[in-house]
Amino acid sequence: MKVSIYPGCSAHGTAKEYSQSIEAVSHALGIETHEIDDWSCCGATSAHSTNYKLSVALPARNLMIAQKKGLDVMIPCAACFNRFKSAQHHLEKDKALRAEVESIIGAKFTDGISIRNPIDIIANDIGLEALGKKVVKKLEGLRPVSYYGCLLLRPPEVCRFDDYENPVLLDKILAACGADVKKWSFKTDCCGGSLSISRTDIVAKMVNKLASMAKEAGANCIVTACPLCMANLDMRADAGLKMPVFYFTELLALAMGLPGPDKWFKLHITDPMPLVQSLKLM
Amino acid sequence: MKTFLDEVNERIDGVPIQRCYHCRKCTAGCPMAFVMEYNPNKVIKMIQMGKKDQVLGSSTIWLCASCETCITRCPNEVDIARMMDVLRQMALESGKAVKEKSVLAFHEAFLSSIKSGGRLNEPMMMVNYKLKSGDLFSDMALGLDMFTKGKLSVFAPKTKDVASVRKIFEKTKTA
Repeated sequence: MKVSIYPGCSAHGTAKEYSQSIEAVSHALGIETHEIDDWSCCGATSAHSTNYKLSVALPARNLMIAQKKGLDVMIPCAACFNRFKSAQHHLEKDKALRAEVESIIGAKFTDGISIRNPIDIIANDIGLEALGKKVVKKLEGLRPVSYYGCLLLRPPEVCRFDDYENPVLLDKILAACGADVKKWSFKTDCCGGSLSISRTDIVAKMVNKLASMAKEAGANCIVTACPLCMANLDMRADAGLKMPVFYFTELLALAMGLPGPDKWFKLHITDPMPLVQSLKLM
Repeated sequence: MKTFLDEVNERIDGVPIQRCYHCRKCTAGCPMAFVMEYNPNKVIKMIQMGKKDQVLGSSTIWLCASCETCITRCPNEVDIARMMDVLRQMALESGKAVKEKSVLAFHEAFLSSIKSGGRLNEPMMMVNYKLKSGDLFSDMALGLDMFTKGKLSVFAPKTKDVASVRKIFEKTKTA
């Protein structure tokens, strides 16, 4: 299948390993990706927290560029995914806003392309069976908990691709790679998001709770699909509670025997190598 | 004359917030309630009582992480997450002091980085945030660790047509 891809700003910085692993995995699974031409930032939390119109217009600029290709847009970053979905939702519902945004950007907004997250594409379009066939190294001994955070599934009428209180697609993807996925009740709890820098004290309390609950569930790692969740869990938990955190695509690449994981794991603040090596996964 | 409640409802442009019957499901699920000055359902009541200065001057509106758990679970579909966006914007327009200065400093640093390059430049944003917030020394060791690991890219590519992004900022300017 062919999709447009919106990498998002963190793809070149703090979430390099996510962006590189999604490219590797997409290629191996037959997902052809075309980067949106000259894309710009979605505005993230900072735009919608301070200026509603700006928060719709920033993703809209990219949506309008993507429309020209007519391909669905795959967005790996949960925050960007949420902002695009939300902008599309408002543009479809509010005709006056739509007209105003169209005049600011100087292009027409047309319905028709879907904004998709890679979890959705891999589980539903590629399929778990096809994924399982690509696995050359089962992730035996790995006991992950799936962590979706807020932005992939809420609000449900906007995001719509998995159960919004107990999502299961990520569990199924990891199980298809041979991991012993643990059940827990914190899949969609909040990590504190962008308060990471301005109120680190609060975020530390939130990720400490997540990390200790993951441990209690019997997990030896946490798996996410969001650069913000990754950053907070990887950097902000107390030393005694920290456990390795992976982007799900890093683990898919590992299971599929693709090159890259050794390079990506070096970018993590909490070193996952001791775990990976003790399980003889590398 | 428009009341505070009218103004908030008009801007939310959805379900009127007085539909809230204070079941407190929002507050029970709110991950930030433990640090908030007023719980989410209390904010609704305060708006109904016209306590504009107290609400707009509170830490609550800036500590809301926009996780959207409240609107997901509200039995009356009151969009509290949107309400918090509206209140933040009203607080900025009022020109009064913001309770959580560092949170606002982060948003400003983030947006000014986008305005300048079309995309976020993480290291430049951090420098800008530190200057705005005056919080110069936190995260120094972490920043260095990230830099040595190659996690920070000072020269990340920018948007070529940055003029089109700046135009969006210009045309949507509120205050």
